[in-house]
Amino acid sequence: MAVKVRIPSPLQKLTKNQSEVSANGKNIKELFSDLEKQYPGLRDRIYDESGSLRRFINVYINEEDIRFLKGEESEVKDWDDVSIIPAIAGGVS
Amino acid sequence: MSSFTEEQIYRYSRHIILPEVGGKGQKKLLESRVLLLGAGGLGSPATMYLAAAGIGNLGIIDFDVVDMSNLQRQILHGVEDIGRSKAESAKDTIKSINPDIKVTLYKERLSSENIYRIFKDYDIIVDGCDNFPTRYLVNDACILTGKTNVHGSIFRFDGQVTVFKPKDGPCYRCLYPEPPPAGLVPSCQEAGVLGVLPGIIGTLQAVEVIKLILGIGKPLIGKLLLYNALDAEFRQLRLRRDVNCPVCGDNPTIKELIDYEEFCGIARH
Repeated sequence: MAVKVRIPSPLQKLTKNQSEVSANGKNIKELFSDLEKQYPGLRDRIYDESGSLRRFINVYINEEDIRFLKGEESEVKDWDDVSIIPAIAGGVS
Repeated sequence: MSSFTEEQIYRYSRHIILPEVGGKGQKKLLESRVLLLGAGGLGSPATMYLAAAGIGNLGIIDFDVVDMSNLQRQILHGVEDIGRSKAESAKDTIKSINPDIKVTLYKERLSSENIYRIFKDYDIIVDGCDNFPTRYLVNDACILTGKTNVHGSIFRFDGQVTVFKPKDGPCYRCLYPEPPPAGLVPSCQEAGVLGVLPGIIGTLQAVEVIKLILGIGKPLIGKLLLYNALDAEFRQLRLRRDVNCPVCGDNPTIKELIDYEEFCGIARH
């Protein structure tokens, strides 16, 4: 079984407009590598040039921010729900 | 305020009969001071419900004028307000709902120069602004002055709401330490937004403000409420204070306000 990954709307163009995709891997790093294979280009939107997760994007496993778990080494299990949550500023003036 | 007038008892009767509010709570609402950043998409429903609820002192910051394209979502304003100051238009709407409310307008752009002067008269800040520079400025000013920030933001069909209460929970920089670089985050002007969405998110902000004033329920401190209109789904994520946060962490490096340039999305008009 794969892990469900929720894709935020600014990145959905890269996932064929899907808001949820599934990916395989035992931790976040593997999951995102698998996602890049399935949806090329996604990685560059999530990671910066130095290979770190971008600071305006947070990743959650279920309700928990991976920065407070083991970062990209945080393990994922089948049926876990991974969310990519970017900063959004809009209030609409 | 010493006691209610008969008209006030009648006006607020549906609040007063709620044990969680009561006469005491209603008095707290009438004595409270809430500042709304922006009389736009999020500020519209928040302002109208807070006025109706009897928040006694409302401040509104907005230097923009009403445009036809605002009316798809900014329910404070109507056709006859096109070309008028949004702040003035908001004041008229508030007064038409509840003449009890004392309204103070700030027709200026928020900056490090004026933010302390404006914030000092308020207990709670409702952040419904539309750009990252202001978000970070507001966050830092709230941390440095100890004000609670009820944060709402929207994008296309997605909304986020949370409460940043200094010392009791994380701040915006604990979540996102630095603003995104130019061009990586599209703005609502480029991407569009469902007109009803700010109605939902701004209304949730109003609920949080009232809960905070009354001290009831569980405010969204340390919790990020996400709403997606297409999936009709609400979810909550846990937010934690980052001990390394540059502004509210154990060894803060930001001790003064920063005016970020317009670096992301597209420039305001």
